[in-house]
Amino acid sequence: MINDERPEHEPLDENVVFHVHGVTKVYQMGEVQVHALRGIDLDIYRGEFTVLLGASGSGKSTLLNILGGLDTPTDGHVFYAENDLTRATEKELTRYRRYHVGFVFQFYNLIPSLTARENVAVVTEIARSPMKPEDALALVGLSERLDHFPAQLSGGEQQRVAIARAIAKNPEVLLCDEPTGALDSRTGIVVLEALQRVNRELGTSTAVITHNAGIAKMADRVIHLSDGRISEIQVNETRLSPGELSW
Amino acid sequence: MDAIDKKLWRELWNMRMQALAIAMVIVGGVGIFIMSLSTLHSLFETRETYYREHHFAEVFASLKRAPLSLARQIEEIPGVDKVDTRVVAYVSLDVPEFADPVSAHLVSLPDNSRGLLNQIYLRNGRLIDPARDDEILVSEKFAQAHELRPGDNLRATINGRRQSLTVVGVALSPEYIYQIAPGAIFPDNQRYGVLWMSRKPLATAYDMDGAFNNITLTLSEGGNEQDVIDRLDELLKPYGGTGAYARKDQHSNRFMTEELKQQQTIATVFPIIFFGVAAFLLNVVISRLISLEREQIAGLKAFGYSNYAVGWHYIKLVLLIVGLGVAGGIVVGIWMGKALSNTYMEFFSLPFMTYVIKPQVIIGAAMISIAVAVLGTLHAVRGAARLPPAQAMRPEQPAIYRATVVERLGLQRWFSQPTRMILRHIERRPFKSLLTILGIALACGVMLVTGFQEGAIDEMVKVQYSMSQREDLMATYTEPTSARSLYSLDSLMGVEHVEGVRDVPARLKYEHRSYRTAVQGIQSEGKLLRLLDNELNVIHPPQHGVVLTDYLAKLLSIDPGDLLTIEVLEGDRPVIQVPVIGTAKQDMGMNAYMQRNSLNRLLKEGDVITSVLLKVDDSHQNHIYSELKDMPRIAGVIEQQSAIDAFYDNVARMILFYNFITTLLGGSIAFGVVYNSMRIALSERSRELASLRVLGLERSEVAYILLGELVLLTLIAIPVGFMIGYGLCAYLASAFDTDLYRVPLVLGKNVYAFSASVVLASALLSAMLIWRNLGQLDMVAVLKTKE
Repeated sequence: MINDERPEHEPLDENVVFHVHGVTKVYQMGEVQVHALRGIDLDIYRGEFTVLLGASGSGKSTLLNILGGLDTPTDGHVFYAENDLTRATEKELTRYRRYHVGFVFQFYNLIPSLTARENVAVVTEIARSPMKPEDALALVGLSERLDHFPAQLSGGEQQRVAIARAIAKNPEVLLCDEPTGALDSRTGIVVLEALQRVNRELGTSTAVITHNAGIAKMADRVIHLSDGRISEIQVNETRLSPGELSW
Repeated sequence: MDAIDKKLWRELWNMRMQALAIAMVIVGGVGIFIMSLSTLHSLFETRETYYREHHFAEVFASLKRAPLSLARQIEEIPGVDKVDTRVVAYVSLDVPEFADPVSAHLVSLPDNSRGLLNQIYLRNGRLIDPARDDEILVSEKFAQAHELRPGDNLRATINGRRQSLTVVGVALSPEYIYQIAPGAIFPDNQRYGVLWMSRKPLATAYDMDGAFNNITLTLSEGGNEQDVIDRLDELLKPYGGTGAYARKDQHSNRFMTEELKQQQTIATVFPIIFFGVAAFLLNVVISRLISLEREQIAGLKAFGYSNYAVGWHYIKLVLLIVGLGVAGGIVVGIWMGKALSNTYMEFFSLPFMTYVIKPQVIIGAAMISIAVAVLGTLHAVRGAARLPPAQAMRPEQPAIYRATVVERLGLQRWFSQPTRMILRHIERRPFKSLLTILGIALACGVMLVTGFQEGAIDEMVKVQYSMSQREDLMATYTEPTSARSLYSLDSLMGVEHVEGVRDVPARLKYEHRSYRTAVQGIQSEGKLLRLLDNELNVIHPPQHGVVLTDYLAKLLSIDPGDLLTIEVLEGDRPVIQVPVIGTAKQDMGMNAYMQRNSLNRLLKEGDVITSVLLKVDDSHQNHIYSELKDMPRIAGVIEQQSAIDAFYDNVARMILFYNFITTLLGGSIAFGVVYNSMRIALSERSRELASLRVLGLERSEVAYILLGELVLLTLIAIPVGFMIGYGLCAYLASAFDTDLYRVPLVLGKNVYAFSASVVLASALLSAMLIWRNLGQLDMVAVLKTKE
């Protein structure tokens, strides 16, 4: 990773995982310019459970993709600890994703030809100090389903495999894009419980994207996005457990 | 344009590389089909025109000497149309600035004429002036080999007398399309030629005034060929006739007929392979396209498009790709056909080449391509058309995988997750993987055929020359000569070893089967002419009995121990019965072999030979040539090494042409199969590959999953291809076998290596293209969509 100079007025705070400064993102869709992000300034802290809340088209996914090193901003800077992600090469971004970030997707994105255990192993095999796949799966309550293929698992189970896969490498941050979007509410709660447990027990900074306001109550902070801007940052004094949520 | 047709064009554009790869395979099939058939038709047409316009004879016979009055008797044989008598002599020549021995057939021409039958085609110069007795026409191949032009001079030894001859023209004859010296196996245009001369001086030189020693004739409408031959033989018997034979047995005509047969085989075998591969490729590509477009199909049907309209939409896409391939194939086929026909025109001695491309060949190629392609895709298209809209709207069921056989055997722990993905993906669709392997294997197999042709020739040369016929020079006598002449040859400076051979033309008969060839009396325990068994061990013909070329024994269905009937076609024409003792492996020609003195005894003659084999010291070769040239009884000398070299020169262009074509076509099959398989795998798996990229796998690690499968399938396909190729070569070898030559099935390591490299190179090219596509995997989009 490039350890580049950062703007002088920025204080160096050990507790900040992500420092986002003046980020804009413009997509060129044919002849039309789409402004997905219009100047975002944001810090995300260590061990924090953050929910990025917004309607579809608010820019939350774009922001998450930029944080995850899947996309680069048109303007502005994103620092992961000391490192400016906006100046990283493709190879550096791959290494960043490989060693530092865990992803959970709306549609699980499991490898259909690998069992639950193997889907986790595909990540632990290339990580630096991973958990054992069995331990990661135990953490999400899937000790009994280790050798099942995705086609043999329910949607909730598949998503929990995805969470196990994301956390097995012991990432600093866990980025979740609509993790309950494809699930019914009961199954969704089981998945959110798994996320909360990971956040609490491992201290992994977790950012969850959702358009479901109900989920916001389990977060430390809720970042409201609309039309490419942060419209409000709300701090929850008490976090609800997923079981207490309703949507 | 209808909206749905616009969709068609855009889809075609989007899949242009895949469409092109498939079209290339169709180009290969159509191209080789048109090339082979148009060449075949052109050669047929050219030969027929040439034979007809130049009155090529239908029955041929040689004899010692008969009065011209006999010709009138022959004309009266029922079924005979025209009769042409000639004086033909085998002479040795002195070509300026060419030290090697040269022999030629000297054929008489009537005054101011191109001949009654077997009329010559005058390429340049003029006809012989009947008033001059030193003018000759030379055959074109011979003229080219020595750059002879009208006005040049040659010296010939005609019946023992040296004579200077002036070239006045260059000619071709339907009788010598394939020009080869008697007894030779390879054509050698530098050391053998055909010359035409006025009849009078030639007849005078050979004491043939009012006589002839060669006769050719045509048959009248409905004339019975065999009957004419029998009666002709009867008439010629008292005059030393050596047996009449029909056009189909005429040497030059035979060679061309065999070549045409080979073309026919090629025109059948190769297009089948190409069309099969094309059908498979279209099937996988269209199936994939349809599964990607399930929702679109459902939409179209929901809007009220009929099953027929939906099916026809995809068939049109197939037809566009096929159309592209057929159009390209026609262009390539005609181009290759013309090139091949011209190569043949030069290989054979043809005065012209009428390139014929029959409309039915083009229509046939198009119809076959369309039929094969539509059949190949019909299943997928029908499935798409029949899908109820509501069902089509839903995404396809997720793929179901399971642990593979190798893993269940307990080898699992040796495999990384990506390796397991490769194995499981292959095993999930075993049939498709199998077809992919088969496709690549066919490409590999096609490539072997190239090397096989070259290897076969090398093997033929090796067995024939380094093992069986090991002389440096073979000198042929004008007539049977006492073996005492061997002593004078043996005493020539530089001659290391000599062996005499008694060669007598004969018809061999067993039961109702017969074959006209020569019985060769060879020296017992000889070192130069040796017979070989199947394992290439030397065998010696015993005191009594005859050894046959293995293929001849097969042709006559005669086994060792059976009695062979030999009708000698020379002298008193005795008919003798001799037991067959064994067979000898021989790739070229078919003969019967006996010990020389046994043959002499059977012919009731003394120690007589007709040719002599010499092993000579290289440094004395020129001296020996000039000594041989000065011996009036020696009609011609064949030098083995130069004959081999000349042959290689001659076939080199043909081989080069075929190498070029098969490499191109084999490569295009390999590329078509590998690239399309990979594109489809990429399309089917882009989601999971992009997910892995998101999880932090490098492009190379993701490429391993996709390309690892390709490498594995290719590695399996190569040995399968070797087997297919071997089978294909074995089939071609047996299809090409004739009494003139047998094609040995020899495939060297280099042949295998070459075909494997072409396949690997094509795979590498596909891999490079796929590598580029992998760089364009959209990691963001893939996370947002459910397949």
